[in-house]
Amino acid sequence: MTYHAPANVEEAISLLGSQDNAWPVAGGTDLLVQMRSGRIKPGAIVDIKQIARTMGTSAKDGGFVIGAATPCTALLKDDALCKAWPGLVEAANLIGSVQVRNRATIGGNLCNASPAADSVPALIAADARCVIAGPQGEREIAAAELPAGPGRTNLGKGEFLVEIVLPPREAMSSDAYLRSIPRTEMDIAVVGAGVSLSRDKDGVCTQARVALGAVAPTALLVADAGEALVGSQLDDSALAKMEEAVKAACSPIDDKRGTIDYRIAMAAVYTKRAAKIAYDRAGEGA
Amino acid sequence: MSTVHIHTTVNGDPVDFLSEPHTSLLNVLRDKLDLTGSKEGCGSGDCGACSVMLDGELVCSCLVLAPEAEGRRIETIEGMAQEGQLHPLQQKFLDLGALQCGFCTPGFLVAAKALLERNPDPTEEETRYWLAGNLCRCTGYDKIIRAVMDTAAEMRQERVSA
Ligand SMILES: Cc1cc2nc3c(=O)[nH]c(=O)nc-3n(C[C@H](O)[C@H](O)[C@H](O)COP(=O)(O)OP(=O)(O)OC[C@H]3O[C@@H](n4cnc5c(N)ncnc54)[C@H](O)[C@@H]3O)c2cc1C
Ligand code: FES
Ligand code: FES
Repeated sequence: MTYHAPANVEEAISLLGSQDNAWPVAGGTDLLVQMRSGRIKPGAIVDIKQIARTMGTSAKDGGFVIGAATPCTALLKDDALCKAWPGLVEAANLIGSVQVRNRATIGGNLCNASPAADSVPALIAADARCVIAGPQGEREIAAAELPAGPGRTNLGKGEFLVEIVLPPREAMSSDAYLRSIPRTEMDIAVVGAGVSLSRDKDGVCTQARVALGAVAPTALLVADAGEALVGSQLDDSALAKMEEAVKAACSPIDDKRGTIDYRIAMAAVYTKRAAKIAYDRAGEGA
Repeated sequence: MSTVHIHTTVNGDPVDFLSEPHTSLLNVLRDKLDLTGSKEGCGSGDCGACSVMLDGELVCSCLVLAPEAEGRRIETIEGMAQEGQLHPLQQKFLDLGALQCGFCTPGFLVAAKALLERNPDPTEEETRYWLAGNLCRCTGYDKIIRAVMDTAAEMRQERVSA
């Protein structure tokens, strides 16, 4: 195995395209574990952390750009990002331990394509876009379109994720992410629920996106769950409609962490809680 | 297999070593540099026994590739005592019996020191969450948490009187 730390995007693309069985690495908290267990045997590791564009957060066009190799804990240092997207920052900082989060990235969380990845429902609820660089130049896709199935992505040969872009935020908008785990930390989500919404000064929800993790082969957007909230003040009937939409969207597996019925029931419960938190946050300072 | 030449700083001293690129920083520390204080409990990021500081950030050295150490600053448990003087956390762990077999201790000490440098007055809850990535099979954690909280209180006191 060879190790490369390209200094720019072009070099990284050429290494990923030319080296045999080349894998990009950001924090390495999934990749190294998979190497150790023998699940993958990279011929080359392309460390993207020396590429300036992949590191750090910045405000852009009213939204934010997050470099794909930015560690989860670094997100906490950007006050404006934490204020606009508290749910996404929290989701990223539920991952593992401090030791893990000082290395782990939301880019790696997304590209690892685990159905239970914690930051992914929050990214999808946020309508985040992925800037992907490759031999054909750069393209942009929605976060929801990057994972293709458990452990598989829609990235082509030589392509890698450079940046994650969060859209401009309207006034009175916020988000939240909650997960159900048997322990209080260091565990894999049984279900994860991300909600991002906007409301007006009368408390009426004007826009909402709901995304779920760990209940299908990939994290998913549940469009009709979001729509169920629009036009309401999150009263019981709107929430009940949202819960029905959430349950209908789930197609989870049965495993030691939770049965199918349990996961479906919990998806509804956690989505409701996350929606209320996002709604209250959006109303703060109103 | 290609060997790479790495230049780094460990506990303040410049260090050069040769390594295969897939080797972990933990294995370099233990097998090439004879710094066997950092332990391998799992090799998968779960136990924290391999905790070190990398450019001032707490990380699991089992999840860092040796070539990633190029040009970086590494601090390990071996650098914690200064001129034969134990760090207050080390002394408190001894005084309160916050260890039994001691396998987890270097990782807990490195992690706890990182906590107190960021937050000299952590709550018990903050301390427990911060140390969630360090596993101990012996103590049941209470004595460890007690030792960290007591050290924090003492270090605050010293700062006031200094
Ligand atoms: C102890 C422990 C606890 C954990 N707990 C959690 C948890 O609670 N929740 C959770 O969701 N995850 C958890 N994880 C998994 C892991 O930490 C996260 O998925 C993390 O976000 C991965 O990010 P990374 O930067 O380390 O990814 P890496 O390991 O660097 O990469 C992961 C995968 O994505 C690919 N990749 C990375 N970056 C890019 C890129 N820019 N472009 C294209 N491909 C890329 C890599 O090739 C690899 O296949 C845990 C891991 C450990 C070791
Ligand atoms: S050996 Fe590194 S976390 Fe267990
Ligand atoms: S003292 Fe034995 S593992 Fe902690």
